[in-house]
Amino acid sequence: MTTYFQLFVSFFKIGLIMFGGGYAMLPVLEHEVVDRRGWLTGEDLIDLFALSQCTPGVIAVNVATHTGYKKRGVLGAAFSTLGVIMPSLIIITIIAAVLNNIADIPAVQSALSGIRIAACALMIKTMVKMWKNGIRDWFGAVIFAAVFVLTAFTEVSTVWSVLGALLIGILSFHSEREAEK
Amino acid sequence: MSNFLLLCWEFFKAGLFAVGGGLATLPFIHEMARNYNWFTEADVANMIAVSESTPGPMGVNMATFAGYKAFGIPGALAATFSLVLPSYVIIIVIAKFLDKFSENPHVMDAFYGLRPAVAGLVLAAWLSIFQIAVLTLPRFQETGVWTDLANPVAAVIFVLLLVASYRFKKIPPAAFIAAGALLGVLFL
Repeated sequence: MTTYFQLFVSFFKIGLIMFGGGYAMLPVLEHEVVDRRGWLTGEDLIDLFALSQCTPGVIAVNVATHTGYKKRGVLGAAFSTLGVIMPSLIIITIIAAVLNNIADIPAVQSALSGIRIAACALMIKTMVKMWKNGIRDWFGAVIFAAVFVLTAFTEVSTVWSVLGALLIGILSFHSEREAEK
Repeated sequence: MSNFLLLCWEFFKAGLFAVGGGLATLPFIHEMARNYNWFTEADVANMIAVSESTPGPMGVNMATFAGYKAFGIPGALAATFSLVLPSYVIIIVIAKFLDKFSENPHVMDAFYGLRPAVAGLVLAAWLSIFQIAVLTLPRFQETGVWTDLANPVAAVIFVLLLVASYRFKKIPPAAFIAAGALLGVLFL
């Protein structure tokens, strides 16, 4: 059985190794929560990312809260959420107190450039998996392409494209049509 | 209202209304810099740089830093917890809802539309990081020479790490991130 301590430690680790946040760190979350612990399926994680696009809050924190709740209820959610924010609390407080100009250090900047490249490389595998799990037909491919183009090449807020996809999904009556087959 | 409670309230608001991830908290923090004397706009610029350069979700890092600037360690704790509280409650409510309605056809249809949308968002996010990390588009636009399209060193590191991520499936992402940082310090 998953203990409060396990939830705390796993999400503490995630908080400690994720840089920047958002989608770049999807592989980190996937590795710990899906592959290692089996707390969520890959599909659950994608669903959580979808929900996090239309609900407030930091994505990694949302994943932590949801996973903790799913495994051990409200208190489990508290432990996992605390775990994911704890590294920030410690590291940022120390930096704010003594190392205010850390971002100006050249070595830090080159390390970050390297981390960004690593994140890009790791994301490829995750994206291939997402494509296989999430896009099963032409309908999915059209939504995928539309959201990508809107987000990458226009100023349209992601909130709108996500809500649009949600609405189109409901109006597709996909499960009804599947049931009729 | 005491200034300290006001800080909690402002970060609670940011946590409640910043939809779509950590970067969405940024406008709220800018507004605080303008409306209160807790920290300056220059502090905010520094906060962004530090939050990007250190581990942890960006939104949480920003809140901790801003709270510390305003009221020291109690401020850091208060700002961070206030930021997280709204989504903590909302996510639990949603999780309860999903437990109950995950078999509902409308909910399933909603996710049928949402999953490919998220894949599209992730690809867009990947492209924007890739542009910064590996490509050198401004230089390419200037010269029009194909070899100016990407930073060659960054491109080599990218390909190496990509191949490694497929060849050695047992290596955790943390090791790749550490390797990226090390290669960055050595070669970039």
